[in-house]
Order: sequence, then structure tokens, then C-alpha cells
Amino acid sequence: MRYRVLAGALIGAATLGGCSEGVLDPKGPIAAAERLILFNSTGIMLAIVIPTILATLGVAFWFRSSNRRARYMPDFEYSGRLEILVWSIPIMTVLLVGGVAWVGSHDLDPRKPISTAVDPVRVQVVSLDWKWLFIYPNHGIASVNKLTVPVGTPVSFELTSSGVMNSFWVPQLAGQIYTMAGMVTRLHLQADHPGTYRGSSANYSGAGFADMHFDVEALPAESFAQWVDATRSAGPLLDAQAYAELTKPSSAVAPFTYRSVAADLFNGILISGISPSDPSRLTHQTSQGAEK
Amino acid sequence: MNLLGKLSWSAIPFDQPIIMGASALMVLGIAVVLGGVVLKGYWPYLWREWLTSVDHKHIGVMYLVLAFLMLLRGFSDAIMMRGQQAVAAGGAQGYLPPEHFDQIFSAHGTIMIFFVAMPLVIGLMNFAVPLQLGIRDVAFPTLNSVSLWLTASGILLTNISLAVGEFAKTGWVAYPPLSELQFSPGVGVDYYLWALQISGLGTLLTGINFVTTILKTRAPGMGYMRMPVFCWTALASNLLIVAAFPVMTATFAMLLLDRYLGFHFFTVDAGGNPMMYVNLFWVWGHPEVYILVLPAFGIFSEVTATFSGKPLFGYRSMVGATMAICVLSYTVWLHHFFTMGASASVNAFFGVTSMIIAVPTGVKIFNWLFTMYGGRVRFTAPILWTIGFMVTFVLGGLTGVLLALPPVDFQVHNSLFLVAHFHHVIIPGVVFGAFAGYAYWFPKAFGFKLDERWGRRSFWCWFIGFHLAFMPIYVVGLKGMTRRMQHYDNLDWQPWLLVAAVGTVVILAGIVCQIVQLAVSIRNREQYRDLTGDPWNGRTLEWSTASPPPSWNFSLLPRVGERDAYWHAKQRARATQNYPASVEEYEPIEMPRNSAIGFVTAFFAVVTGFALIWHIWWMAALGVFGAFVTLLVFAFREEEEVEIPAEQIARFDQAH
Repeated sequence: MRYRVLAGALIGAATLGGCSEGVLDPKGPIAAAERLILFNSTGIMLAIVIPTILATLGVAFWFRSSNRRARYMPDFEYSGRLEILVWSIPIMTVLLVGGVAWVGSHDLDPRKPISTAVDPVRVQVVSLDWKWLFIYPNHGIASVNKLTVPVGTPVSFELTSSGVMNSFWVPQLAGQIYTMAGMVTRLHLQADHPGTYRGSSANYSGAGFADMHFDVEALPAESFAQWVDATRSAGPLLDAQAYAELTKPSSAVAPFTYRSVAADLFNGILISGISPSDPSRLTHQTSQGAEK
Repeated sequence: MNLLGKLSWSAIPFDQPIIMGASALMVLGIAVVLGGVVLKGYWPYLWREWLTSVDHKHIGVMYLVLAFLMLLRGFSDAIMMRGQQAVAAGGAQGYLPPEHFDQIFSAHGTIMIFFVAMPLVIGLMNFAVPLQLGIRDVAFPTLNSVSLWLTASGILLTNISLAVGEFAKTGWVAYPPLSELQFSPGVGVDYYLWALQISGLGTLLTGINFVTTILKTRAPGMGYMRMPVFCWTALASNLLIVAAFPVMTATFAMLLLDRYLGFHFFTVDAGGNPMMYVNLFWVWGHPEVYILVLPAFGIFSEVTATFSGKPLFGYRSMVGATMAICVLSYTVWLHHFFTMGASASVNAFFGVTSMIIAVPTGVKIFNWLFTMYGGRVRFTAPILWTIGFMVTFVLGGLTGVLLALPPVDFQVHNSLFLVAHFHHVIIPGVVFGAFAGYAYWFPKAFGFKLDERWGRRSFWCWFIGFHLAFMPIYVVGLKGMTRRMQHYDNLDWQPWLLVAAVGTVVILAGIVCQIVQLAVSIRNREQYRDLTGDPWNGRTLEWSTASPPPSWNFSLLPRVGERDAYWHAKQRARATQNYPASVEEYEPIEMPRNSAIGFVTAFFAVVTGFALIWHIWWMAALGVFGAFVTLLVFAFREEEEVEIPAEQIARFDQAH
């Protein structure tokens, strides 16, 4: 019984406590669909799991050796009917949840564009030690450690890494995807409500990992346009040299923007990711290693 | 050229009080124990009866000693992590800087999986499998000793890293490119790799040994379908070891080639591909989960049947489910990285196969339930661990199926939800199982029972502490907190992490109860003495011999006519009032001679490993040469067996 209370407390706490943020408080269609699958499959399984827990405790208690009213059946070791039941309950549950998995995997494939009449905003993401670079190729601007997106517009991401593997994750908008050097992964998400949402790297990437989070600001379309114009009018230029400077390890970098981005920089990063030989990374990490 | 390679005084972190304190404590502990042993004159006994023993029972006990010691080490890491995350919120940095915190979580994972869970499971298999099979030892007794000491070598290297140099700062999975020389130039990853290469070799040898033992050396009459279920699960587990550990060894060998000789298997440049490592790691890593949990399932089966006074319900189903899991465990590895960007169909395929494993596992739960149904359940410590496991594990399985759903996994992977999930299956599954086995077989190993009262206290502390520690971790995971964070910005998470820290303290109380239990039981051993050899009214053959069993286990090899052989023998004896006559025809027994080869090989393995980690090439060559010579000496030894005379056996049997 105590266990059930605990389980109840967990679910209650998770739903109540999660209201302000996180996976259980989605602000866009992708995260909402993922939460729905989470709830549905939890429900399906709890229908089996809770009775099983109760039955376990009940059977163990009733058949305690001191209970002389319980019937002792020392030779009860096989029952064809029970065996069928025992195999069919989990098989049916898995058939159900497996169906959910198959359909859900295809519906919510991170590569799949969000079907809507609105043209998506393209963002190219580069994970660096230990900060995030967001390039807006269609707008020719870029930002570090802050992602600004328009509300109600799909955002189409191409992601890569400057070196170590990271994972791009904004729980209230969509599930995560890894970023890997020399490779591109894709993700689509959309924010339906204006607001600021927490994003972070989900995959441990070294000493500065804990500070590798960023805010996603979802702005109404006109505010987003204003932001783009404001960004274009100030800030440094992101070219190969500025990028090389940016790749030097640093953490807890305050957000800033670039007014302009050199053409094809992202593809350049992809290729350079295949042959990185920046000695600055080495010295930085060695200083903390055993070879002082 | 430096004779000591990369090693110098700066490798010892004199400026880190926590590390130096822990190292000093460890060195002091070893010195006190060794000093005590030498001064009291126990060394010859220790050397003769334990360190050079090839007796599977002694080897099993030594594995368990190693596991319990490393549990203390791994658990201190856990307490430090929980303590750090309880305070390092908002702007606070806590008391552990990243380079220390990152070593702690890497060491915690590595130690708990390789040096706690594995030795627990292998130790119990060592102790119980030959007794249950009704035989006198494993197929290759000396090899068994080598396995043990190679595992100990890996453990020693990992612990040396605390004081000399550093441990990996890559997480226990050591994914490249982070674990490549470019991003981890220190010796930490090398400690990780060589410790696991050496202990992994020991584990592989164990696998070969036990597969051979179970397939080829059972007591006369014990067909496959008459084997106790624990032996079936041990067979499945060791088949998995034989198939999976070479993959781990090869993967780590490739990473070592990258790090030492400039190869490019997993680098980001020159055609290397880190995704390959991730795949190979989990091709080993997922079966590893079942290597650990299947023997625990076997223990739960034995315990449930024994303490319900009934045969296991659905034995054939149980065997089928075990072997199904054994095969299926190779078809699911990709679920550890759905977020790597594979196509929807690939993700969906591996999601569905992962769920299919839940079917045989669910069957097992129901079978244990029906084993208790109609029984007379005696609530001893082993059955408490078992019931605690059943009610906890089904929820851990539930979150596991959630993680097997790719769209849900995208949202909870790498978060603390994932951390909560795998602790939710490994702690009840493997740890509770091993504790159940420990309490269950302890009287067989030492001739007296463990104290029940402290056993129960320990169970409740572990059970409550587990839930306090990990339920809040699920919640913060859903709130978006990722694993391995040295500090965090979000103050909403802190209350949950404080509760989790309290839970860890409750688990600590459980561990303290276990230590007290052991002390109390040893003090009151006369009172808890088991003179019958069958303290629990057992069903399988290990209970038919004395507690503790003689080195030859069975004076006369048992003849097996059915499942639960000893139970039926007792039933027949009771029915006919015809106890087996004590005048037996004893024959001398040949037993394998003790051998120091395991210990000596392990010594050279440590030397080699340490030398390779620090690039001390002459010492590495010396170590390899020493190990080779040891094996040569072993190969040319003349006597490998001792004969135990029939009179000695007769004397033993009359005394028991």
C-alpha cells in the first residue's frame, strides 16, 4: 500500500510540480505530442502494473506461513491456463505500446518537417566548448547562447558540433538531438506561445558542461522581425577568424549576437570538424590534467 | 628519455584535501589489515586457504568481499554527488570543482557496474552453481582463480587512480571524441581503459569456465530440464559474457590504439567515426545489463520457491523466458542512442524489440507471484528482498518501456529521468537480488545464519531510502535537468535534490545495518549455527551437504532423478522412514591443487597496466614477460591434483 501512495505521490508531484517547466509543460506541437505519448503509454502500463503490485503484496500476505486459513498447495507448479494468461498479458500490453512506438516514431521523427502553411525559419546550430552558436542563414545573422524564434512558425534546425558530442534540448518545445562534428543532424520544432524556455546540452561534454544552457525566446512575428533588424544593425561580424576565436574553450558566456555571418560558414565548420587541429583546446584541458 | 614515463610527483594531487584524505584513509586501511594479518600470524593461513585457493566456494566468497568493499567506495562517490547537487544551485558551485566532480560520476558508474555488480553476481555464481549442479568444482578451477585475481587487478588500478594521477572525466561510457587524446589528454581515460581491459579478460575467462561447467559437468542424471533455475540463469548470463565481452575488449582496444598509436577509429578527423564506438559499446553494454540481472532473477526464483515451500511455478516458462531474454538482449542496443538521428524506422524497430524483452520479464514476475500462491511464505530477509524487488522492479520496467518509445526517449534521454530509471532496475534487480542470495547462501558458506533482525532493518532502510533517493530524481528529470551537472541554475530543482540526498543517507543507514548484521552474526555464531546443512528446508542439492561444505563438496556424487532433487529425496526418506545409510563405500577423491598462478599473474597484470597508463615502457615489457613466465611455470608443473583419502572423507561425514 505504502508503495501505491509513493507512486501516486510521484505522479501527482510530477504533474503538479512540472506545471511551470520541463517535459510536462509543452509550449509547442512537437513537445505536446511527445507528452501525449508519455501519458498514454504510462496509463496503459499502469493498468497492468498497479494490479500486479497489489496482487504481489496480497498473495504474499495471505499465504504467509502463519495464516492457517490459507490453503497450502505444495504441488501447484503448473497450470496451462495460467501460463497462457501469464504470457498473454505482457504480450498484449507490448502489442499496444509497440504500436504506439511504431506510429509515434514516424510521426515525431526529428527529421520530419512540421506540416503547416507558414514558411519555416532555418537555424544552423553549432555546439562549442562550452556554448551554443545559432546561425540564421536566411537572415544572415547569428547569436551565441540565446535562440530567438518567432511564435507559430516552424523552426528547422541543422545541427553539428565543433568537436565533442553534445545534445540540443529544449524540453518545452521538442525532444533532443545529438550534435556531432563533421555530421549534420536535423530537428524541427515550433513554439505556440510567446515566452522564454530553457534549453541546454543534454549530453555531457567536459568541464564546462554545467553552464552549457541557453534561453529560447519565442517572440510574436512582428517582434521577431524587429529583433532581426536590431541584430543586423549592431554587433561583430562572424567570419572564419571570429569563429576560430569563438571555438576557444570558455564557459558561462553571456549571450551576444553577430550582425552578419560569412557565407557558407556552416559548411566550412562541417568540413573543419573533420580536421580540427586547434592546439588551444589541448593546452586548456592539459592544464587541468595530470601533466601539470 | 624519462625512465618513469609521464609519472612524476605532480601526479599526486597534494593540493586536494578530499582526494588526499580518501587516499590516506585507503592506504591506512590496507596497512592496518595487512599489518594485523602479518602480526597475528594469519598470513600462511590466508595464503594457503584463500589467496591461492582454487576452491570455487572460496573464490566466490572473495568475489563478494571485493564487491562489498567496492560498494563502499562507489557509494561514497554517490554521497558526494548527491551532496554536491543538493548545494550547488543558483550561483553556488558546491564543494566539488568540475574536474573532481566529473571524475566522481565516472568512477561511480564504472565501479558500481564492473566492480560491484559484476563481482556480486559472479561471486554468487561461483559459490552456488557447482553445489547446485552436484559437482566438486568448476570445469577449470585454476582458471577460475586467475579470473578472480584479474578482476582484483582492475579494481586495484582503479583505486590507484584516486591517489596517483586521475580517473576518467568522460562518464562511465567514455564516448569519443571526448575520450580521445585530443579532448582527454590526461591519464584518466587510460586508467579506465586498462582497468577494464584487465578485469574484462578475467570476466571472459569466467564466462568460458561456467559455460563449460554447466554444459559438461553436471551430476549424473541431471538433465537440462532438471537443473535448478539459478543454473539456467547462470548459463544464460555466461553465454552472454562469452559473446559480449570480446566486443568490449575489441572496442577498448581500438580506442587504445587511437590514444597510444595515433590511429583514427573513433576520432572526428581522418575518417574516424565516434558513432561506431557508441554502437559497439552498447552491443556489449546492453547484454551486460542481462549478464547482471539474469542470475539475480535466478536467485529470486530459488528464494521464492524455497520460502514458499513449493516448486517454482512454470519452470519451463521460466527457462524459456530466460533464454529468450538471452537472445533478445542482442537486438536492442540502439535504444541507448535514439537521439543520434537514425531514421524513424530504425528507431521504431529497436523501440519495439526493446519492448518485446518486457514480455519474458513480465512472465517471470507473474511466475514468482504464482509460486507464492498456495505456498507457506516465511518472511525471512531473502524473501523480503524478493518481494521488495517485485513491487519496485515493475515500476522500473514501466519507465524502461517509456524510454524504449523513441518520441518519449527524445524528451527524457540523458536527463535524470534516465538515471532514475536504470537505478530503479539495477538496485532492486541486481543489488536486492545479490543481497537475497547473500542472506540465503550465507549459512551454507559459513555454517551459521545471518541475524534476521538487522537483516530486516537493512532491507527497510534500503527500500525506503531507494524510493526517497530516486523518485525525486525522476521528477527533476521531467523538469529538464540533465545528468552529470556539477552545478545548475534552476532553483526549482533544489528541493527535489535535497530529498534525494536524504534518501542517500537512508540507504547509508541500510549499509550500516548490513555491517552491524555481519558483526552481530559473527559474535552470536554459536546461537545461529546450522548443524543440519539445510537451514531453510531447501530444495536443491547445495542443501544436501554439510554447512560449510567440505572442499570436495559431496562425499558421494548425488544421483539426480528429478527437478528439486534434494526436496524429493527428503520426501522419499520421510515416506519410507528410510534415511540413507551412513555406512557408505567411500573412495578417495582427486581435488585440484592450490595454485599461486592467479595471484602472481594478477601482480604482473597490475604492473603492466600501471606501466602502460604512465608510458613506462620498460616496466610494461617486464610485466608482460613476468606474466608469460608465470604461465610457462604453470604449464610445466608436475602435480596438479591432491588425493583426499577415503578415511578423511568418512571421518568428515561421521562428524556431520
